[in-house]
Amino acid sequence: MAEIHSLLHGFAVVLTPFNLMLMMLGIVLGVIIGVLPGLGGANGVAILLPLTFSMPPTSAIILLSCIYWGALFGGAITSVLFNIPGEPWSVATTFDGYPMAQQGRAGEALTAAFTSSFVGAFFAVLMITFLAPLVAKFALKFGPPEFFAVYLLTFCSFVGMGKGSPMKILASMMIGFALAAVGMDTVTGQLRLTFGFPDLMRGFDFLIAVIGLFGIGEILLSMEEGLQFQGKTARINTKVVIETWKKLPAYWMTSLRSTLIGIWMGITPGGATPASFMSYGMAKKMSPRGANFGKGEIEGVIAPETAAHAAGTSALLPMLALGIPGSPTAAVLLGGLLIWGLQPGPLLFVEKPDFVWGLVASMYLGNIAGLIVVLTSVPLFASILRVPFAIIAPVIIAICAIGAYTVHNAMLDVWFMMGFGVIGYVFKKLDYPLAPLVLAVVLGDRAEDSFRQAMLLSQGSLTILWSNWLVGSITTLALLLLVWPFIARALQMLKGMAGGSNAAARSTAEHR
Amino acid sequence: MESPATDGQTEPGVATWKVELFVSVLLLLFGALIAWKSWELGAGWRDDGPGAGYFPFYIGLLLCLASAVITVRTFMTGARDDRVFASHAQLRQVLTVLVPSLLFVVLAQFLGLYVASFLFIAAFMVWVGHYRWVRSLLVSLGVAVVAFLMFEVWFKVPLFKGTLDPLRFLGF
Repeated sequence: MAEIHSLLHGFAVVLTPFNLMLMMLGIVLGVIIGVLPGLGGANGVAILLPLTFSMPPTSAIILLSCIYWGALFGGAITSVLFNIPGEPWSVATTFDGYPMAQQGRAGEALTAAFTSSFVGAFFAVLMITFLAPLVAKFALKFGPPEFFAVYLLTFCSFVGMGKGSPMKILASMMIGFALAAVGMDTVTGQLRLTFGFPDLMRGFDFLIAVIGLFGIGEILLSMEEGLQFQGKTARINTKVVIETWKKLPAYWMTSLRSTLIGIWMGITPGGATPASFMSYGMAKKMSPRGANFGKGEIEGVIAPETAAHAAGTSALLPMLALGIPGSPTAAVLLGGLLIWGLQPGPLLFVEKPDFVWGLVASMYLGNIAGLIVVLTSVPLFASILRVPFAIIAPVIIAICAIGAYTVHNAMLDVWFMMGFGVIGYVFKKLDYPLAPLVLAVVLGDRAEDSFRQAMLLSQGSLTILWSNWLVGSITTLALLLLVWPFIARALQMLKGMAGGSNAAARSTAEHR
Repeated sequence: MESPATDGQTEPGVATWKVELFVSVLLLLFGALIAWKSWELGAGWRDDGPGAGYFPFYIGLLLCLASAVITVRTFMTGARDDRVFASHAQLRQVLTVLVPSLLFVVLAQFLGLYVASFLFIAAFMVWVGHYRWVRSLLVSLGVAVVAFLMFEVWFKVPLFKGTLDPLRFLGF
């Protein structure tokens, strides 16, 4: 039970007045970020990252990870009250959350959403506590080929498991890799793809990409929709909370299933958004009240919220144990680690136990604090959305510009941010996914380094990716995931031939 | 870029497939550019290992492949997406926020981020939000002052003051 001991040590690290204050600050900021359109977990953390440069790393990560928890909670508020998902992962929450609010059951829906979020996150943190050290210990044996295989797995699973066109996922990912390649090559010292601009020597910072794609892009999208926030009001009092909590245990099966989906999708880089949809779909199919889904069924709030929060939390496991983030926000946190001078990866558990276990302990405390904050102050946060967009939009753009500037103290980055904003707007509308792009910008250099080191070891032969059972099985799994859409289609065709028109009809119905 | 309303219900605007085509062709060119530049750098094997262009070369090729498939698909009749990408009214909305934002960045080059933010927020509130001057100035001044206190004073992160540096007198 070495983990328990380490965890207790982590609590000791976290429980200082300064860190607790940062935790509360992070949660409140996070909820605000989650409620506001145009600011989300990933770019909210990216904008605030430069403010933490001078803090001790443990305090910094507590602040930033609590912003993330807060944003996860905050997304639910706008979904239920305004039918506007504050975050992509809370889109599925609107399906039943908003109808509940229309029926005057907003308090119930919000309590269910917050509590399920908490449950999902809690189990994901438990999983991290016990699984992450094992994964890290295992990964200590990894050499460059193994690491490259894991990167390959990460990116292939994006293509294979992602929703939407695999080609668009691939294109978006390759743009990310290309942007990551810009600048000075670390091995040969040559300048790559700078086209003679000395300012490009630094390369593109992914924080700029995140702030532009998610922040400015989102503002442009909201502006296009000409948002008029017409919301329901909610009062949450102790009575509603207790009443709702009495109902929740009946849905333990949905919670458990959603938690597992969330944890799985979080560790593999599926992310919180597909996890929430998948979980909603499963709950609808398996629930006896499935027909009521979409009309204000509490189970339809529980399922996506549990999964989204479980996925959002477990995305930190590969980030901590392997140095490979499972979501854009985890990627931003990883970028933070590098800036604070910490080398993410398996050695982190050995070299910086204070940091790792402080973070894990703060996940437990942060989620408890988050639950209390959102349950007690929903009306306050909901009132933020009643601030007209004509005020919010320029303020957020100014904040994004400031955030982009502080990354490298360069005005050029602010221009790039605006460019990424336009790209984000167009890509969002054309269904090019943004998460693979961001992850590729973050991981590009590291993936390339491990690839080149592996190639050096093998003198340029790709067979090194199958040189032992470990790297071989990861690589094979990666390639299987890559071609998974084709396999799935083939399987479906086989099934269709065997089961006749019945199965085919069902599968088209599912695709609709 | 005018496209006739396809089913009589949608507002006139830019058709999705046109934008789709434009973007995928752009990506195709971008991929080719990357592959070509990487080839020049040395995409092959050198005596000390893979050259600097080795990895990006294949990245460029894959981007070409992906965007070529998307381009071909856009042309295929069955997949042509005639829905409206954005109606003209929507595009106008987007421009009402995009153009002032770009002006804001230009302004920031000269006046610095604080003064530019102040002017940008106030102007946006007055012209787009139709607020009264007094209220707009108060809100934008508040944001600029809070940002100033937070960055310069509390966190000691200096922001860009512009080439003209109008805030010199504050001594930061």
